[in-house]
Amino acid sequence: MTLLEFARGPALQVAMIIFVLGATWRFFGALLLPWRLVPAEPRKGAPSPIAAAFKGVVVKMWPHKPFQKAGMFTFVNGYILHFGLAIVVFLFAPHILFIKGLTGLSWPALPSNLVYTVGVITMASLVAGLVHRLRSPVLRLISRFDDYLSWLLTLLPVLTGLLAAAHLGARYETLLAVHILSICAFLIWFPFGKLMHAFMFVFSRAMTGVRMGQRGAEL
Amino acid sequence: MPQEPKLAPTLGELLQERGVSRRAFLKYASYLSAVMALPAGSATALAEGLANARRQSVIWLSFQECTGCTESLTRSFSPTLESLIFDLISLDYHHTLQAASGEAAEKAREAAMAENKGKYVVVVDGAVPTKDGGLYSTIAGVSNLDMLKATAKDALAVIAVGTCAAFGGIPKARPNPTGAAAIDEIITDKPIINIPGCPPIPEAMAGVVSYLVSFGKLPELDHLRRPKAFFGETIHDRCYRRPFYERGLFAEGFDDAGARQGWCLYKVGCKGPVTYNACATLKWNGGVSFPIQSGHGCLGCSEPDFWDQGGFYRPLSTNLREMGPALAGAALAGAALGAGAAWASRRHQESYQRDQSAAEGDKK
Repeated sequence: MTLLEFARGPALQVAMIIFVLGATWRFFGALLLPWRLVPAEPRKGAPSPIAAAFKGVVVKMWPHKPFQKAGMFTFVNGYILHFGLAIVVFLFAPHILFIKGLTGLSWPALPSNLVYTVGVITMASLVAGLVHRLRSPVLRLISRFDDYLSWLLTLLPVLTGLLAAAHLGARYETLLAVHILSICAFLIWFPFGKLMHAFMFVFSRAMTGVRMGQRGAEL
Repeated sequence: MPQEPKLAPTLGELLQERGVSRRAFLKYASYLSAVMALPAGSATALAEGLANARRQSVIWLSFQECTGCTESLTRSFSPTLESLIFDLISLDYHHTLQAASGEAAEKAREAAMAENKGKYVVVVDGAVPTKDGGLYSTIAGVSNLDMLKATAKDALAVIAVGTCAAFGGIPKARPNPTGAAAIDEIITDKPIINIPGCPPIPEAMAGVVSYLVSFGKLPELDHLRRPKAFFGETIHDRCYRRPFYERGLFAEGFDDAGARQGWCLYKVGCKGPVTYNACATLKWNGGVSFPIQSGHGCLGCSEPDFWDQGGFYRPLSTNLREMGPALAGAALAGAALGAGAAWASRRHQESYQRDQSAAEGDKK
């Protein structure tokens, strides 16, 4: 069995199973917990829980004015990173084919060269995010192993994907196998670390919105 | 005074006898040098080497195969000179091409082995069945396995022609009922050159034999023992449809607008990105076309286990194993685990609250 066969076969299968099992476990495990709202009566004029939840999700998409100066880099870099990742993952033809093979769903792809460019920007954004984290004493203090591992496992698929596209460093089939294996590592870690925020951030922000709304706090 | 034994004529002398001019011969050597990407100036060395070489004894063994490799070589539209060179090899044993049959054929093989001990080249097409002592394919009562071992024992080098000989090919495809094996899995003490393909490109065969005869050594090989001159780049890298891949223009089927416009065949299963061969540059039938140019994706036939790569029409980026039921099971198991964890947590909270209430009641 070649490395590529191993990557496309058993490695990917095991990684996908762990990813789905772990993600649904954490997802249902969190959502089926009691929805503990503030025990006090809602303030007068408080928005409905649904409106507050919606507001909580939307408003947090941009920093409050007092934090704009300090938090602008994190926000802008975060957007570049997340949009970049979304474009690379969901709009590159081979990736769409992979998703189609699993789900039957497909959509038009972007030109490969454009996706490569976005990939480079995404990688630069990841590196910039790490440098920012390491240069900030506060961020450094609150960073844990999970943060660095999640960063590394996000970077590796982008890096190996670009290397495979450019045929740099090794033969294409080896680079492709390493790329798939890096995705396997990403998928295996995803449900158990902070990468899970991709699924949970909406609920987390919504709950914050509901609690704040009930207290009458301005979001 | 005793007479010196007369040496066999050189290839140059034989070509001269056949009316091949030096100019035509040099042209052929230049062509071979170019296709093998040899350094500048090596065309003359190749020509001189070929001209001074004597007929190379070749024993061609055909095992578990379809004769497609021989068909490819003999029916090729390669330059006529190439065929001539091929004629000038002393092909001492070849099932399909030799006139002799039965015991006479086997005696010819044994005689060639004895006369050219240590100097003959063994060319093999077809895989070798190894299961149950190799009884699944025999020639004159001798198993392919025994015949290969005996013939290769005193050979100068072994050339495995076609994917079956080089990597096991179709006979080795799952479930491989005959235990088919590649030549280099059996012969481990001789120089081996693999020229895979189903069938291999005739120029690759001619180029390798010419190189071997003129320089007396193996050409540069890759990690799968394939000559780098022909297997150094992927089909995808040299494909004329590559710009469509970069632009994201793909044929979705074999009869859609994209296919008619000659767009990239990646989505319909082309294995060009991981297939090392010279089809896209040398092409077939005298440079007329190659599979992708004819509208079909590359099957990856010059790669090991190409038959077991999940299907010819499955795109390369898709997974090899069927995952639907396993993922559905994983999702159900995950949901059940999550629900169980949440239920346990609720119970714990309720019990904690009960304990708290009881403790407060006791205080009162």
